Amino acid sequence: MKSVSLLLALGLSAAVITAASCGGNPAPQNPTPNADSAAAAERARQDSINAAQADAERQAAAERERVENQRRADSLAALARSSEEVRATLAAMIHFDLDKSNIRSDDMGALDRKVAILQANPELRIRIGGHCDERGSDEYNLALGNRRAQSAKQYLVSHGIDASRIETQSWGEERPLVDGHDENAWSQNRRDEFEVISGGDNLRRS
Amino acid sequence: MTARRPDGLTAVLLAALLTVWPSGRRIAAQDTSTIDRGVRIGIIYRPGVRPGLVMLPRTGMGLDSVRAIVARDLDYGDRFEVITLPGGDSIRLATSSTAPRGTSTRRSGSGTAATGGAQAGTLNYPLYQALGADFALDITAAGDTTVATLHDIAAAGIRRAVRAKLPRPGDPDFRQAVHRLADQAVQAALGTPGIAATRILFVKDGKVYQIDQDGADQKLVSSTDRQAMSPAWGADGRHFAYMEFQAGKGWLYLQEMATGKRTAVSTTGSALDFTPAFSHDGQTLAFSRATEEGTDLYTINVKNNCCLRRLTVGRFSDNLSPTFSPDGQRMAFVSTRPGLPQIYVMAADGTDQQLFAPFDYGVTGSSNAPEWSPDGQSVAFHRDVAGTLQVFVLDVRTRTVRQLTSVGRNEDPTWAPDSRHLAFVSDRSGYRQLWIIDLDTGRIRPLLQQSGARLPAWSPRLSEAPSTTP
Repeated sequence: MKSVSLLLALGLSAAVITAASCGGNPAPQNPTPNADSAAAAERARQDSINAAQADAERQAAAERERVENQRRADSLAALARSSEEVRATLAAMIHFDLDKSNIRSDDMGALDRKVAILQANPELRIRIGGHCDERGSDEYNLALGNRRAQSAKQYLVSHGIDASRIETQSWGEERPLVDGHDENAWSQNRRDEFEVISGGDNLRRS
Repeated sequence: MTARRPDGLTAVLLAALLTVWPSGRRIAAQDTSTIDRGVRIGIIYRPGVRPGLVMLPRTGMGLDSVRAIVARDLDYGDRFEVITLPGGDSIRLATSSTAPRGTSTRRSGSGTAATGGAQAGTLNYPLYQALGADFALDITAAGDTTVATLHDIAAAGIRRAVRAKLPRPGDPDFRQAVHRLADQAVQAALGTPGIAATRILFVKDGKVYQIDQDGADQKLVSSTDRQAMSPAWGADGRHFAYMEFQAGKGWLYLQEMATGKRTAVSTTGSALDFTPAFSHDGQTLAFSRATEEGTDLYTINVKNNCCLRRLTVGRFSDNLSPTFSPDGQRMAFVSTRPGLPQIYVMAADGTDQQLFAPFDYGVTGSSNAPEWSPDGQSVAFHRDVAGTLQVFVLDVRTRTVRQLTSVGRNEDPTWAPDSRHLAFVSDRSGYRQLWIIDLDTGRIRPLLQQSGARLPAWSPRLSEAPSTTP
């Protein structure tokens, strides 16, 4: 298309030149430039150049749009994939030592990743549920589970998350994750769980 | 009241019994253990430890279930050495006057049967004294009235006759009415009522159940499917409070025993409220509330549903599990201020907080679940001993503690109204279930053979509209 329009433009100019040169055949005089025709030729030349340029620009724009659309589709799929990952990172539980509510150093990384997600998704609100194993006193475990949920909340708040975005609750030992009466089960049951209250659609990674 | 039988006859009967006695035991031993079981007579019974009481057996009067329930109540009350008479023959000999028809006719003729005291004169007091009995309880029917006649063996006379119009067996109120009769018999003998007419609330699978103290009539009482915890009796025994998980919070509810009608405590629903406890005047409900600041104690006036009041400000420690002293002046509770939960006490308005149950710092384990005894003298709680829980009792006056249990894991003690029995959770049989211990004798019995029962709460004595006449 581009070459065709170029040829067309060249041909047009050639015709104009030929017509001008063949004007006075018997007496080859100095050609008197016809101001009108020269201007017309110049106009025509410019027009064809403009048309060609506009055409080229349209082509480029269409191409850009196509690429952009493709990219957008790709990134949406990627976003959905990463949203699942983000959700899993957000829900990752943290665990506690027996009768303790302090955040263990090996869980700080998990909480830091939650901080990043909460910062990247300002609409996101979560609930932290504190849980205990069956060894402690049933009723005291409600207070201990509360401490465990508060510990995680305080960690997130101290890393810049607005406290109003985090609710807490305690289940004591009433909702064990694992049934069992050994240290393996107990250590899994001493935990904080994290769930999304709202703003959990299409979570961004960061 | 006086023995009308000629002394000669008494001697003959006594001699007859004594001759029959060894053979009766021999036969019983040869037979099965069913007859011999529970026999504690003479040398087996240690006189002076507990008064002996014999339930007079009677046949053909249609009160077998009443007699069986009362006998078990007296046994479970642990205040008497209940003497079970072996073999039917010796019984007939022992209570000769009840068996022969001639005697019965003569009694009717005298017109004293209606009073229920006629057989008194015919009771062979020296015989029962020889058997180690201090009291004899005779349950008879006079028309539609059931009469429990308590004989004082040493005084050779009737101490008291208690009458009650019992509902028919099978009526939902029947067993409780019989239990009240048993309690009155104990009252007549010892001057203090028994604990037969009581129930225990407990939690199983997140639901609240009630069960009679003798293990009968287990019944679901919580009225929702939500997970419930920590039932606590009102002092009148007509309602109870409990905690229920709801939308991530802990709600406190009051429920009437009779109707099942329940109402939420007015200020509840904003936080995790738990471990409700009534004051003995029924006005105040104390409870624990877990918030961002931790767990602290609050009270509310449940009579007027008003006046929420915060009693503790823990900041970095938790305060929970309140229990009122019977006079309402003080409150024992759990505090984590020493690092681990321990038993503290304060005035009911939250002032004068101090350690209650002594402990060795760094040695003694966590202490939890205090409950103040109805007589005010003790506080029962459980404490971590070498990785498992054991029931302890704190003497309020001397502030010394003693360990009650040592077998298995034992927790969440709750006082019977006599302040000498405790129900608690134990896994001593292999799974967690409810047990009852008598602090005076150390006797322990399982309340129900069901796994998963926990958080028991023993009722006060449960009265109905008075159905007995003095």
